[in-house]
Amino acid sequence: MTDAGTLHAITVLGHDRPGIIAWTTDRLAALGLNLEDSSMTLLRGHFAMTLVCAGAVSGDEIAAALAPLAADGTLTVTVGEVPREELPAAAGTQWVLTVHGGDRPGIVSSVVGVVAGVGGNITDLTTRLAGELYLVVAEVSLPEGVDGVALEADIKAAASELGVGATLRAVEADEL
Amino acid sequence: MSATINERVAAWTEDELGVTGRVLEVVTAPAPVLSTDGATVDPTDPEIVQLAADLVATMRVSPGCVGLAAPQVGVGVKVFCVDVSQHPKARTHHGTYVLCNAEVVESSRNEKAREGCMSVPDLTGDVKRASRLLVRGQLPVTGEWVEIRTDAFEARCLQHEMDHCDGYLFLDRVAGAHAIYQRQTYL
Repeated sequence: MTDAGTLHAITVLGHDRPGIIAWTTDRLAALGLNLEDSSMTLLRGHFAMTLVCAGAVSGDEIAAALAPLAADGTLTVTVGEVPREELPAAAGTQWVLTVHGGDRPGIVSSVVGVVAGVGGNITDLTTRLAGELYLVVAEVSLPEGVDGVALEADIKAAASELGVGATLRAVEADEL
Repeated sequence: MSATINERVAAWTEDELGVTGRVLEVVTAPAPVLSTDGATVDPTDPEIVQLAADLVATMRVSPGCVGLAAPQVGVGVKVFCVDVSQHPKARTHHGTYVLCNAEVVESSRNEKAREGCMSVPDLTGDVKRASRLLVRGQLPVTGEWVEIRTDAFEARCLQHEMDHCDGYLFLDRVAGAHAIYQRQTYL
């Protein structure tokens, strides 16, 4: 691993097909870029990948190398330089928030608004729509001093106004 | 805490109910009954005995089903049936039985495994649950209290069904944002 060079954020979005990751990472490796972090999933069947990679290459060179990926118009590729962020030391407490119920607009914004209201930070978020069921699972970091039990009550109140249910549970970590 | 078979429960069969079970429709999320804390019941009530028979009958005809709770057939009460005897992950097991008003007495040795649910047909999730468990509950018809000390898959199944009776789905227990999966195969 190297932390030399510029940090680039690359997104690839669009029609899914086999081989997108293999093709993309092959081109990035050929440029001498190191993949420092990545996330890929299918969103309603659409390919969605974000990569953060480092190396002594310009954004224009990366964009040129990846241009064939977007050539047929089914995928969109973006390349942007990002600053190095200091990874924050683990502070506060970690929680998992689950919300599920009938699908309707505003579920995520309403519930995470309550979390934001106490200075909580969402560090990971997944939403799924499965038939009529809408599901939100979020990992939440709460500042020291925030009462998780009281926050859960506030979240449940906000959720019930939307006709959905919510639970907030402390993350259990097994230290080995 | 080692699992020892409760012979009374192991000997139980649905014949004790004395009524024929009916196959009921299984409700799926977001049905409100699945998110409602179930009421405690009188296990000697003929309606509860009929419900017990219906749960067993519905479990029997549902492929891969190893347990079914009353809220899953639309009845918000604390009654469920279990039968993990044919499941490859089962170690200790007590065959088919129905418990009313069940509660956890002791639990230990959490293990994470992927769970699915007939009431959440499109998703599965990783859930940490105790793999050693002591549960107490009442048998239908007689209302006698029994204790079941079990492990592994039967322990997981019991906790999943008791959660249903309390208004929780496995979705409320998943380990994190990356612990939810689209179901790829259906039984």
